[in-house]
Amino acid sequence: MNAAGLTLLALCLPFLGALAAPLLTRILGHRAALVLALVPAVLFLHFAGFAAEIAAGGVVSGGYDWVPSFDVRFSFLIDGLSLTFLLLISGIGALIVLYAGGYLRGHPHQGRFLSFLLMFMGSMLGLVAADGFLMLFVFWELTSITSFLLIGFDHHREAARRAAFQALLVTGGGGLFLLAGLILLWTISGTTQFSLLADLGPQVKASPFYLAALLLVLVGAFTKSAQFPFHFWLPNAMEAPTPVSAYLHSATMVKAGVYLLMRLNPVLGDTAAWQTLLPLFGGLTLVAGALLSVRQTDLKLMLAYTTMSSLGLLVLLTGIGMPHAIEAAVLYLVAHSLFKGALFMVAGIIDHETGTRDVTQLGGLRRAMPLTFGIALVAAFSMGGMAPFVGFIAKEEVYAALSSLDPRSIILAVLAVLSNALMFAVAFAVALSPFIGKSVNTPKKPHEAPALLYLGPGLLALAGLVAALGSTTLHRLVSSPMASAIAGEARMVSLSLMPHLGLPLALSALTAVLGILAYLMLTRLRCALAALLAWLGWGPDRGFDQAVGGLVRLSFSLTRRLQNGRLDTYMTVTFAMIAIVLLVPLFLFGELPRPPIFPADIPLHELAVIAIAVIGLFAVLLAADRLTAIVSLGIQGFSVAVIFLLYGAPDLSFTQFMIETLTVVILALVMTRLRLSPTDHRPFRETLPDAAIALACGLGATLLLLKVTQAPFDGVLTEFFNQYSKTIAHGANVVNVIIVDFRGTDTLGEIAVVMIAGLAILSLVRLGGSQRRIADNDPDAEHDDTAGTVEARR
Amino acid sequence: MKSLILRTAAPPIVSLMVLFSIFVLLRGHNEPGGGFIGGLIAVAALSIYGIAFGVETVRRAIVFHPLAIAGAGLLLSTLSGFLSAIFHVPFMTGLWITPVVLGVEIPLSTVMSFDIGVYLVVVGAVTSIALSLEEREDS
Amino acid sequence: MEPVFALLTGLFLTVSVYLMLSKSIIRMLLGVAILGNAVNLLLFTNGRILREVPPVIAAGLDVPAGPTANPLPQALILTAIVISFSFFAFLLVLAWRAYGTLGADNTDRMRVAEPEDGGPPPSGY
Repeated sequence: MNAAGLTLLALCLPFLGALAAPLLTRILGHRAALVLALVPAVLFLHFAGFAAEIAAGGVVSGGYDWVPSFDVRFSFLIDGLSLTFLLLISGIGALIVLYAGGYLRGHPHQGRFLSFLLMFMGSMLGLVAADGFLMLFVFWELTSITSFLLIGFDHHREAARRAAFQALLVTGGGGLFLLAGLILLWTISGTTQFSLLADLGPQVKASPFYLAALLLVLVGAFTKSAQFPFHFWLPNAMEAPTPVSAYLHSATMVKAGVYLLMRLNPVLGDTAAWQTLLPLFGGLTLVAGALLSVRQTDLKLMLAYTTMSSLGLLVLLTGIGMPHAIEAAVLYLVAHSLFKGALFMVAGIIDHETGTRDVTQLGGLRRAMPLTFGIALVAAFSMGGMAPFVGFIAKEEVYAALSSLDPRSIILAVLAVLSNALMFAVAFAVALSPFIGKSVNTPKKPHEAPALLYLGPGLLALAGLVAALGSTTLHRLVSSPMASAIAGEARMVSLSLMPHLGLPLALSALTAVLGILAYLMLTRLRCALAALLAWLGWGPDRGFDQAVGGLVRLSFSLTRRLQNGRLDTYMTVTFAMIAIVLLVPLFLFGELPRPPIFPADIPLHELAVIAIAVIGLFAVLLAADRLTAIVSLGIQGFSVAVIFLLYGAPDLSFTQFMIETLTVVILALVMTRLRLSPTDHRPFRETLPDAAIALACGLGATLLLLKVTQAPFDGVLTEFFNQYSKTIAHGANVVNVIIVDFRGTDTLGEIAVVMIAGLAILSLVRLGGSQRRIADNDPDAEHDDTAGTVEARR
Repeated sequence: MKSLILRTAAPPIVSLMVLFSIFVLLRGHNEPGGGFIGGLIAVAALSIYGIAFGVETVRRAIVFHPLAIAGAGLLLSTLSGFLSAIFHVPFMTGLWITPVVLGVEIPLSTVMSFDIGVYLVVVGAVTSIALSLEEREDS
Repeated sequence: MEPVFALLTGLFLTVSVYLMLSKSIIRMLLGVAILGNAVNLLLFTNGRILREVPPVIAAGLDVPAGPTANPLPQALILTAIVISFSFFAFLLVLAWRAYGTLGADNTDRMRVAEPEDGGPPPSGY
């Protein structure tokens, strides 16, 4: 199999792993994670195999036609940008699976968790590998759905359910905007593939729909990447178990929005709107995230808000359009995935081993957990942008991108330095504070984490160091190809650990100094911010609750009005509508029939039959007792049968006779038992509107039928059947030949319906007629009762 | 219904009606008749039998559960349609063979087996409806 | 003959709709039974009316000798008759069951599925 086929298979592999996960966990317990981690590990090696080819400027692509008539292809394209993401997702994914094996050890639903995790991984891989718009959208929404499952994993807690629902609504809803944006891009450019779209940038930017497409895509990207004011779902998603936070909310899912912006940079970028909107929202998110993170005392929440801040920085860098900005975004993205993943896992370890995540309740853990302490420090150094870690290189490049002298850059640089200083402080608040100082009593007696737990963060932290030391290789294989893909032209990244004296280094030093100051004054800063936020009142999170509550109330009152639970209302509305549909067009478009010419020579017996039918109908209407009603119903039915016989339809006639007989029989069987009177007891004012609607329906049908029969008859089908009934189908009874041969498939469906009706009737008759059945189906009934039934069934 | 007249008259009438229903079914392709009508005649026959001798007697007389008969009919009709797949012609194409038995040409076709399926479905489903309602009357 | 049939069909439909708009389930059932006939007559009339010549090809001929009644609506109606019967029987048994369980034959009082006093849905997640 060639590389393209293997890659398609590789993209399916996580889903296969997800299928196997519950069973494996049942057999192997938490050790199943060791086996399942092989899936992302194999994927990592597979994708890493493309690195040399892509570094040389090539791409790997493949796929097949999905909906050819709409030019929709299920195709993937791996260039530098995709490859970096693929490596991060599969590499970190492998460590996260191992970590989850230790973290949820003994959890009754660990198999389910690993299954969800692998499903998410598959969706994320598909998202970054997708070349077709529709494929990207499908995987985009799949990540929303799988993250919903993961965030709501502890579904017995309402907070987790709320967080899951919120994430689904915000990111899934944003996905719909993205879909609209992609369709607009398709309309503008006429292509459905990113690889073809890349060359059509000028055409897209010149289109009058450019701004609309841009705004729609941005809503999609901003909701996914938790940009202000859509940021609130990200910290709430910390309700998820820590492996989820470490994977989805630091390294992968939230970066999907950034990925999309980077992917579309050659097409949509380099315009005034792009370079205004992205830095604006990115900058807002950067500052808001940094400030909010200082406010928190929960380790995970602190990290979550710094993630938001970092995402803001990435969006800002993608959109700013300055030299070095793309390179900075690339380096910062890689560095952030490494150190943030590690720090989240460290926070998880602390929570797991001590039973609390509150930074004010922790202290002196360095003796109990020296290894974790070391890992945390390494990651925090990287996050704080200190040498010799990859975070340092990233920060140098960020400041290099921002250090020019126009007013916008100066403002952004100031914001970046302040935010980075706060993030620096938070990094050490997470990685240093819990480990130093006096030992504090924690809910659990702290001790060092098992190997499965520290393996992941350890390797990630180490990777931050190795990447920095081997920066030449990193740039050649990862940074440069990725930056080239984003910029749409060849870019070389060449920054190394060797500091260059200049403005960026000075800004770095300033950041560190401010960061240390902030760390020392953290408690005071926290109080000040808490007061500020209390003064501000409620934010978008409360707004979300209000919106959801309002939506429920609105739909409830709307449903109440449209579906008031009264059958007569439904019937009246339905038939009034039918009358309108029948009558209004006839009058509106002047389609009324000519005055009919009644034939003068109707034989007496035919008139008699018709008269009997009419009498039967009125007798049904006016019947005072059951017997009269049944007999009258029979009279009109038999009259119809005679009419069929008189007008050349013996088959119909016989069938109608038999059916009318059976109808009368079963009606008699049921009605005698119901002991109900068929008379209408309603007052005249209630029956009058009904009569009006009924008359309108009847009049409409008559007029329509007159109009139709006045038009010339198209006998093509009739001719066909008469012509070929004998010669092709060997049958002289044309009606029967149509039923069993020409339209046999129809008949097959119809006898299936008869059969199903028979089954339904039998089960209804057999159903015990007690009240209890209804009580069983009543959702409002007492829960004890249901529980009792379940017990009884067991 | 304990009427002696009905009880005496029912067996010959019912057997004649069932025979007639099969006759109507088989001649349906060339004369008025067919699976639907034939089936309904058979249902009427069984209903009369049920009224005369009770539902249990009918259930014993037809051996199988009415809905099982209907199911067999539906299966027969479907298979008649799918037989065309073996001969690489579209679904539901009529296939004919005319074997000669004792010097008489007997035309057989998937169309006919399809119609027999229709007959069985109508007999089974409608009998099931009628019997289950009559049964309630007894109890 | 078609104008007469058009009037007759209209009358069938009027009676059936009027019965179905009633609140008593028995009357609604009678309406449904008549509706089947109304629709069958509508189809029949649409295919044009011709007296007394069934669409059967005489022995020895390959096509009908003269004009016959239109076989197409007949084929449609034949299956429609059987299906509307099954449907009617189902409705009948359903009504009977509902009456047995609820003790009501008036749709005003048959409110199990959509009770009148159903409060607002729970708020929360």
